[in-house]
Amino acid sequence: MDLTTLTYIFVGSTFALYIGIAFWARAATTGDFYVAGKGVHPVANGMATAADWMSAASFISMAGLIAFNGYGASVFLMGWTGGYVLLALLLAPYLRKFGKFTVPEFIGERYYSRTARIVAVICLILASITYVIGQMKGIGVAFSRFLETDYDTGLYIGMGIVFIYSVLGGMKGITYTQIAQYCVLIFAYTVPAVFISLNITGNPIPQLGILSTMSEGSTYMMDKLNLVVSELGFNEYTTQILGSKLNMFAYTLTLMIGTAGLPHVIIRFFTVPRVKDARSTAGWALVFIAILYTTAPAVGSMARLNMMNTIQTGPVGEVTANIEYKDRPQWFKNWEATGLLKFEDKNGDGRIQYYNDKNKDFAEKAKSFGWKGNEMVKVDRDIMVLANPEIAKLPNWVIALVVAGGLAAALSTAAGLLLAIASSISHDLLKGIFKPDISEPQELMAGRLAMVGAIAAAGYFGLHPPDFAAGTVAIAFGLAASSIFPALMMGIFNKNVNRTGAVAGMVTGIGITMLYVFQHKGIMFIPGTAYLGDMSPNWFLGISPNAFGCVGALANFMVAIFVSKVTQAPPEHIQHLVEDIRVPAGASSASEH
Amino acid sequence: MKNNSDYWKENLRLVVTLLAIWFAVSFLFGIILVDVLNNIRIGGVGLGFWFAQQGSIYVFLALIFVYTKKMNKLDRKYNVHED
Repeated sequence: MDLTTLTYIFVGSTFALYIGIAFWARAATTGDFYVAGKGVHPVANGMATAADWMSAASFISMAGLIAFNGYGASVFLMGWTGGYVLLALLLAPYLRKFGKFTVPEFIGERYYSRTARIVAVICLILASITYVIGQMKGIGVAFSRFLETDYDTGLYIGMGIVFIYSVLGGMKGITYTQIAQYCVLIFAYTVPAVFISLNITGNPIPQLGILSTMSEGSTYMMDKLNLVVSELGFNEYTTQILGSKLNMFAYTLTLMIGTAGLPHVIIRFFTVPRVKDARSTAGWALVFIAILYTTAPAVGSMARLNMMNTIQTGPVGEVTANIEYKDRPQWFKNWEATGLLKFEDKNGDGRIQYYNDKNKDFAEKAKSFGWKGNEMVKVDRDIMVLANPEIAKLPNWVIALVVAGGLAAALSTAAGLLLAIASSISHDLLKGIFKPDISEPQELMAGRLAMVGAIAAAGYFGLHPPDFAAGTVAIAFGLAASSIFPALMMGIFNKNVNRTGAVAGMVTGIGITMLYVFQHKGIMFIPGTAYLGDMSPNWFLGISPNAFGCVGALANFMVAIFVSKVTQAPPEHIQHLVEDIRVPAGASSASEH
Repeated sequence: MKNNSDYWKENLRLVVTLLAIWFAVSFLFGIILVDVLNNIRIGGVGLGFWFAQQGSIYVFLALIFVYTKKMNKLDRKYNVHED
C-alpha cells in the first residue's frame, strides 16, 4: 500500500478511537468537565498526565533540536523531566489537600484576594496561549506533510480538528482519551527508534544504542557522529553548547520550574482520590514520560547521522561524494513541498553541499572544493522526527504511525491546555468573580466559547511562531515559571507572604519575563516589533529569551517576600489554612465551594 | 500542634536532601562539571554528557518514588495519614 493511503488509515482510525472515547465519556456536569471523577487510579492518571504533558514540542520538535544542538539540547531533556521532582515534592500533595478545581482558585483563597485570583488567571492565560501556539506549529508541520500542502494550509486544517476535538470533551472525556493517545504516541515514537538503533548499532534498545559501536567496524556511534559533523565544519555533537553554560543553567531551571507552574499539569493532581496518590501520580507520570525522553537522544543523534550520510555519501571534497539533486530521495521532495526544507544550487553543479559556511576555517577549505556556500538553505528542525523513518528507509507503515503519533501528542496537549484556559475564564473569572449566580449550562457554554477564542488566537500567532515548536513552548514555561510557580510555592512554604506581596511578586515576575521576551522576539511575537532584535550580544548576561523565566521567578520571590515584610501579615485563618494543607489527614475530595 | 510541626520539620529535611541530589545530577554533573566528568568515558560518550541526556532522568524517577515511600511512612509515624 502506498504511504498516503496508509497514513490516512492510521490517522483516521486513531482519531475515530479518540472521538469515540470522548463521546462515550462525555462530560455532563461542570465537575466532570473540569476534573475527571475521583476514581482515576494513579497509574492511569500518570499515563494521562504524560500524554497531556508530552506535546508536539516533545514528540515532533525536541529530537530535531537534539539532532542539531547535540549536548546543548540537554536543557530540554533535563528541564522537562526534572520539573516533576519539584512538582511531586513541593506542590502536588498540598494542592490536592487543598481540594479545589483550578490554580487561580488556590491563589485567590490562600492570598484572600480577588485581585490575586485575577492576576493568576491572566498569567495562566498568557502562558497557556503561548503554549498552544507551539502546538499549532507542530500540528501545522504534521498536517502539511501528511496532506502534502504548504505549512499555512496544514495549520488551518489542524485548527479545525483541535476545535471539534476539544470543545466536545471536557476533562472526563480527555482523561480516557489521553490514555489511548499515550499508547499511540509512545508506540509511534519507540518503534522507529528501535529499528534505527538496530540498523546503525545492532542494539535494539535505543538508550543503549547511543553507547554502542557501529554495526560495521568498532567505532563508537557517537564518535562516528562527532567525526561526520566536524568534517563538514559543524560543532562537535557531544560538546557543543547552547549559548553559554550560564544560559544552559538558566534554560534548564526555567523549564523545570515552569513544569511545576503549568496549569494543565497541576490540574491533574486535583483529580486523584488521596494525597498519597498525588505523590505517586507524579512518579508514574514521569515513568511514562521518561520512556520517550530517554529515547529522544537516540532519535536525534541517529537522525542526524543518517541525514548527513544521505547527502554526503563519501569523503568530504570528492566531487562524487555529494549526492546529485536529481537523485534526491523521496522524503527530500516531500518536505520541499511543505516549504520547510529548501535547497538552492549556489555553485550550479547540480549536487547538494551541506556544510557549516559560518565556520571560517572550513569555509576557506570549502572554497577550494568549488563550494559556494551551504546549499541546504532551510532545514526546519521540526521536520526531523517525522522525516526520520523515511530517511532511514523504514517501511511505510512505520512512517504513517509516526504521523499519527505526532498528531496524538499535539492534540492531547492542546486539548488539556484549552481546558485550563476555559476553566480559568468560566470558573475563575465569571463564576468566581463577575457573575457568581451563573447557571451550570451557561458556565459550560462560556468555557467552550473561551476555547474557541483561544484556538483562533493561537492559530493566528501560529502562522508566524516566535521559534521552533519546542522553543515557543519554552517561552510558555518561562511565563509560568516567573508567575505561577513562586506564588504556589510561597503559598505553601511561607506563611508570612500576604496578598500584597503575592500580587506584587506575580506582576513583577511575569512583567520582567514578558518585557525581555517581547523586546527580543516581538510584541506578542509579531515579526518586526522586536525593538532590540534577537541577537546574543543584546542578551542580558547571554541568557536567551527562552531561558529568562528563572530570572523573573527570582524577582518574584524577592519582591513578594520583601513587600510582605513591610505590609500587614496575613490574617490568622489563612495561617491555619496553610498549616492545614501541610498535613494529609482530613482531605476531602475536590469540591465546589 | 507540636506533633504537626515536628512532622513538617521532618518533611522539610527529606525534601531538602532529595532536592540536593536533584541539583547534583542535573545542574552539577550535567552542566557545571560536565567537562570534568567527560574525562570518564562510557560507551563512546563522556559521563557528563550521559548524565545530561540519560542519567539525570533515571535519578529523578528514583527520587520521586523514594519521596513517596518515605512520606507514606512519615504520615503513619505522626498519625496524619488518610483513611
